[in-house]
Amino acid sequence: MQLSTSILLTIALAPLVGCVLAGFLGKFLGRAGSHSITILGVAVSCALSFYVLYQLTVGGAAEYNQNIYTWFQIGPFNASVGFMVDRLTAMMLVVVSFVSLLVHVYTIGYMADDDGYTRFFSYISLFTFSMFMLVMSNNFMQLFFGWEAVGLVSYLLIGFWYKRPTAIFANLKAFLVNRVGDFGFLLGIAAILYFLGTLDYATAFAAAPGLSGKILQITAGTQWDAATVICILLFVGAMGKSAQVPLHVWLPDSMEGPTPISALIHAATMVTAGIFMVARMSPLFEMSSTALSFVLVIGATTALFTGLIGIVQNDIKRVIAYSTLSQLGYMTVALGVSMYSGAVFHLMTHAFFKALLFLGAGSVIIAMHHEQDMRYMGGLRKYMPVTWLTMWAGSIALVAVPFTSGFYSKDAIIEAVGESHRWGAHYAYFCVMAGVLVTGLYTFRQMYLTFHGKERFTVVEQHGHGHDGHDDHGHHEPGVLAHAPKESPWVVTVPLVLLAIPSLLVGFFTVGPTLFGNWFGKAIHVEEANNVLAEMGQHFHGAAAMALHGFTQLPFLLVLVAFVITTYIYLFNPALAGRIKSALKPLWTVLDRKYWVDDVYFALFARGGVLLGRGFWKASETAVIDGAMVNGSVNVIHRIAALMRRLQSGYLYHYAFAMILGLILLLGGYWLIGSGPVGP
Amino acid sequence: MISLAHYIVLGAVLFCIAVAGMFINRKNVIVLLMSIELMLLAVNMNFVAFSRFLGDVSGQVFVFFILTVAAAEAAIGLAILVLLFRTRSTINIADIDSMKG
Amino acid sequence: MNPQLLQLICFYAFGFVTVAAALSVITLKNSVHAVLALVLTFFSAACLWLLLEAEFLALALVVVYVGAVMVLFLFVVMMLDIDQEKMREGFVKFLPVGLIVAAVMLVEMLGLIGVRAMQTHVMGADPATAAGMSNTAWLGHALYTTFLLPFEIAALILTVGIVAAVALTLRERRAARYESASQQVKVNPSDRVRIVKMAAVRPDEPTAPQEPQP
Repeated sequence: MQLSTSILLTIALAPLVGCVLAGFLGKFLGRAGSHSITILGVAVSCALSFYVLYQLTVGGAAEYNQNIYTWFQIGPFNASVGFMVDRLTAMMLVVVSFVSLLVHVYTIGYMADDDGYTRFFSYISLFTFSMFMLVMSNNFMQLFFGWEAVGLVSYLLIGFWYKRPTAIFANLKAFLVNRVGDFGFLLGIAAILYFLGTLDYATAFAAAPGLSGKILQITAGTQWDAATVICILLFVGAMGKSAQVPLHVWLPDSMEGPTPISALIHAATMVTAGIFMVARMSPLFEMSSTALSFVLVIGATTALFTGLIGIVQNDIKRVIAYSTLSQLGYMTVALGVSMYSGAVFHLMTHAFFKALLFLGAGSVIIAMHHEQDMRYMGGLRKYMPVTWLTMWAGSIALVAVPFTSGFYSKDAIIEAVGESHRWGAHYAYFCVMAGVLVTGLYTFRQMYLTFHGKERFTVVEQHGHGHDGHDDHGHHEPGVLAHAPKESPWVVTVPLVLLAIPSLLVGFFTVGPTLFGNWFGKAIHVEEANNVLAEMGQHFHGAAAMALHGFTQLPFLLVLVAFVITTYIYLFNPALAGRIKSALKPLWTVLDRKYWVDDVYFALFARGGVLLGRGFWKASETAVIDGAMVNGSVNVIHRIAALMRRLQSGYLYHYAFAMILGLILLLGGYWLIGSGPVGP
Repeated sequence: MISLAHYIVLGAVLFCIAVAGMFINRKNVIVLLMSIELMLLAVNMNFVAFSRFLGDVSGQVFVFFILTVAAAEAAIGLAILVLLFRTRSTINIADIDSMKG
Repeated sequence: MNPQLLQLICFYAFGFVTVAAALSVITLKNSVHAVLALVLTFFSAACLWLLLEAEFLALALVVVYVGAVMVLFLFVVMMLDIDQEKMREGFVKFLPVGLIVAAVMLVEMLGLIGVRAMQTHVMGADPATAAGMSNTAWLGHALYTTFLLPFEIAALILTVGIVAAVALTLRERRAARYESASQQVKVNPSDRVRIVKMAAVRPDEPTAPQEPQP
């Protein structure tokens, strides 16, 4: 049986309708109207996404691949709107719509006091629409449209509080860094069009085996394998969108945006678009092991080094941001060892627990009156039990304690890297293993600093103190609160609970079919020689067995080590943290300055760009164009006119003289050239 | 032994004298008009010479017409000169420069 | 003496006078003298034309051109009271340039026309005599047959010249009153006559019959 086109269209368009209505009629609909409309739209999409998933798994529906609307076709270049819905897409739809719905509900509580309430709902619905178009696309053009659209909405949302200079800096940074990635992406798409002659997925994938042996001439002397070039270029796009080193710098800054979008966009959905794209392009990536090694090394580097930065962060959201970077690195590593389904599986589980962690952090932030510095928190578990418990659920999933979802996905990746023979796999194995320790360290540190230990804030009751607006950060003294922290309203805590459940349970039930049961079918293509999952599958004896076995493996031991260290430091001997920091000051500085990558980029590209612009302005614009061309031509005309004016003396004899001169010149010319019947 | 060349040279010399006269004199409009007459005379000379030497009557007919037109033109030119003198009280060309650009 | 040699001498004599007179026209200070020099130029030119056996044109030149046009020049020159001294300013300054330009032009013209080739072309028989008529008749024949239209147009040009000359210089005397036919025709009766309705005037009761007024 076939999936219904109207259902798929509804999934895509319902959030768009919500966006348009809330965006343009926001004042008219009011706050309640706007959030109701948008939540209704996303809820419809969510329900239908679950239905589509059900149809594709249990219902026995076939993969859907159709063009809905053809915009234009010029030669081989076709721009059309079409949907390809297979199990990979369906899984992404479910994840995106579920997390989006929960974030929509959460926002009611989080942005309750904000002036831009309706605008925010409009934006997150727009984002949902864009993400749907991206994952449901069946050709590269629509993929790129969705790609750019999510980038745009990310820009709009990071700079939501647009009156704040840091927010504007961050959103422009995000957009520009993404642009760099998009440049590579676009080149990759162009290369696909050039070599495979089509932008449609199905046709391109069918033609992909023909790429072997084709080469691309870069310069006169160098030639590169075409498949490698295409895949690396596409991956550059993924590097931008999924924040891999060196294009990772925008993600920590994106925490300037409100917490709901950190959860939605920068944890669960947009940043995973790159991972999704590589998984979708698996037939292409399998053609080039060089590209996959590149992916592997980049992912491993990201996984370890960004996680290290997370250990020294004091802002609660920044820790989670660096954690996201590190986990994206894990997903990329999985892609690099041709374990596409593993990467997508980790994408799904990560979406749940990372969104949970962000939303939980948001709950803490609301309670702390927008204080985000963990050094002024502590002991919050007494005040916010639900948040505390759900965040612990997310944390243990993140560090991959066996039986949690995170364990299944993360340990599967680590094992796959161990099994792989790809170039760079040894380095990657070291990185992902060390990353486990690092993850444990920053996660437990965050939890202890926030919820446990002594309270490092004071409550100064001020009667008649008005509730702060949400966007006057730092308006108050750090560590001094006007009210005692309390648990957040149900619109905030219910999403937390709803996310905690899959963070803990979904892995157990889905790991078997997803990783080892060929659940994705034709959506993901792996060459036999690279298929590490097949090898691992020989050792797989069910989820429970895997978890029990996991207790004896190195990753869990590292987690225990991290737990012991952090518990000792933060619960029993807090001063030790300060002493370690001073002892390892150089190392701390390196991490605190984020390896100076941001500074280098700013000095080189930002300042360089400004200098270049200024140079162009002074040299070409002012001097050449304004001076020589515009003003210069005017001056030349003035001077010529002044000269010409002298000829108009008004005197007859001058005019007569001019005529005679002309005649002489003509005669002379005639004589010299000698054309005509008379001549010497 | 008078050849055509003699008359042609004479006509050319007259013409060039008239041309020189046109812009040597800077003060007198009358000399300007007279130079024009001289130019016409030079051209007539050429015409008559060619007519005689080539045996074609058209040359002399044309001289006839040139004479007619020159007379009319001299009349009108002098009328303009008289008007100029009436309005400006001078025939100094250097004073007639209101068309100056 | 050899008639051809005589012709040559005459040619050079008249030519010399023509050129000298032309030079005087443009260099003489006194305008009247200049006009008279121009008269002399025309006379010698007429003599040259006689040498070419173009008698009609030679005499037409003298009668029409000298007799009418040059006299007109003289009238005008003598009518305008010209300040002689101011006239000579700047003459010497521009002389070299003028001479150079004229010389260049002369050389070019001669070179272009191919004077060398014409040196061999000697005067042949008089075509008029060959046709069995005088020069005047020869000219007249061509004029009234082949060139009739240009002839009539030349007459028209002369008429137009007369009208133009008169129209340009006609001055109306302010004191004189002229009729304007167009204005007479444009008059409106209401501008001239105004009819007023009046009641009839009754005479008073007569006591005695009045004497009729003379």
